[in-house]
Amino acid sequence: MSQIHVTTSINGDQTEFLCEPDETLLDVLRDRLGLTGSKEGCGTGDCGACSVTVDGRVVCSCLMLGAEAEGHDIGTIEGMAEGDKLHPLQEKFLQEAALQCGICTPGILVAAKALLEHNPAPTEEETRYWLAGNLCRCTGYDKIIRAVMDTAEDMRRAS
Amino acid sequence: MRYEAPTTVDAAVEFLASQSGDCHMLAGGTDLLVKLRSEMIEPDAILDIKRIEGMKDITAENGGWRIGAAVSGAEMNEHEALCAAWPGVVEAVGLIGSTQIQGRATLAGNLCNGSPAADSVPAMLAADAIVRIAGPGGVRDVPVGEIPEGPGKTSLKANEFIASIFLPERPARSSDAYLRFIPRTEMDIAVVGCGVSLQLDESGKVARARVALGAVGPKVTLVPEAATAIEGSTLDDAAQAALTAACTSAASPIDDKRGTIAFRKHVAGVLGRRAAKIAFERAGGAA
Ligand SMILES: Cc1cc2nc3c(=O)[nH]c(=O)nc-3n(C[C@H](O)[C@H](O)[C@H](O)COP(=O)(O)OP(=O)(O)OC[C@H]3O[C@@H](n4cnc5c(N)ncnc54)[C@H](O)[C@@H]3O)c2cc1C
Ligand code: FES
Ligand code: FES
Repeated sequence: MSQIHVTTSINGDQTEFLCEPDETLLDVLRDRLGLTGSKEGCGTGDCGACSVTVDGRVVCSCLMLGAEAEGHDIGTIEGMAEGDKLHPLQEKFLQEAALQCGICTPGILVAAKALLEHNPAPTEEETRYWLAGNLCRCTGYDKIIRAVMDTAEDMRRAS
Repeated sequence: MRYEAPTTVDAAVEFLASQSGDCHMLAGGTDLLVKLRSEMIEPDAILDIKRIEGMKDITAENGGWRIGAAVSGAEMNEHEALCAAWPGVVEAVGLIGSTQIQGRATLAGNLCNGSPAADSVPAMLAADAIVRIAGPGGVRDVPVGEIPEGPGKTSLKANEFIASIFLPERPARSSDAYLRFIPRTEMDIAVVGCGVSLQLDESGKVARARVALGAVGPKVTLVPEAATAIEGSTLDDAAQAALTAACTSAASPIDDKRGTIAFRKHVAGVLGRRAAKIAFERAGGAA
């Protein structure tokens, strides 16, 4: 197979990579670019552990080809903190212990950040629906939902 | 495998014509990538339609709406005028998968994947949607009901693809609705799905209706008896009962762990009645 040359922006940095035509964006991120924050839970679009944003929209990177990233802006968990400064969602997840093993956490944070950009004041129901594609086998979800709602409130107060 | 992302319809048609092997269209990839990764398919080529001009557009046309084949569910749900004109079709596509799936999944992909349980298909069938197909001879327009041929099978030829889906103009006092039953509240495959589209006359009676059922047969089907049952009525109790009975008797589902035949037939009637009530109210009808 001949490899495809892709030029894209990842977390704001212009990035070039070569990939196989049938290689997923998730595999490119993890195996070629060393961005291992995005996780593979299922590889079938069900768990959301591989969530990234493409031009601001959350998608499963396991269901996207690396080649499709050409010319798009990709956002991963690695781009969420600014240097050492954690995003308010990351802070809140730590404070409120909204994670246990942590496998689901990068995907949930990426999806939750997109939710708050889209809707700064989500109801609990809206939050639960928005995150329905992010499975967690450890926490029972309650702490996750509470942490997202609390962050939303803090961010509204701060702005 | 080759990956090709042409920018014009002509280039896409030309590429398809040049392929002797197995070439698959890629829209949102939420079905295709699952099949590719599980090696259910081993294509020689994948043709990504998302860079073709017009494929990402939602455009007003002759009083109706043309939806490009690469428009995602999220994009449809964010389009206010489209939501107002075709709430049932938009809510049906909005039910597909999670936020992540919504960012990618398309109407055309849902249709071409050929699942009898595809959520948007009953809504499109009720809506009289017209599919525009591009191929070597140019484009042709086909009613959506002519596309599915059975589980995983469509009437498209190997050298053709869907360019857009058109929701036609409808008179005043028209609306539509889609409901499905799933065992969970999110992220599941329809056990039964039902789309209803109707228009009311000036006196508030149903002038014309279309009722379509999903997941209760090898392909999505129109139920003309259910439409006849409510036409000429104000959706009174008798009309509702007749529609319920028509949906139940038209359903010919399989028995599996997700629902028995008796259960699915019953639910087809219940959803038909509820979807008709929602469409009726949206169209401005008074019960
Ligand atoms: C986690 C998850 C949850 C899901 N939940 C639901 C659900 O609730 N309801 C539901 O109905 N579906 C569901 N699906 C299935 C899937 O998301 C939908 O069928 C979706 O609409 C497919 O659209 P797509 O653009 O991603 O299609 P793709 O995967 O790109 O394509 C699907 C098929 O159609 C063909 N195709 C695509 N575009 C064209 C075209 N323009 N012309 C000709 N052929 C074409 C492809 O070659 C392929 O065979 C789910 C999938 C996942 C992974
Ligand atoms: S790994 Fe992509 S959704 Fe599970
Ligand atoms: S913390 Fe373990 S899966 Fe969520």
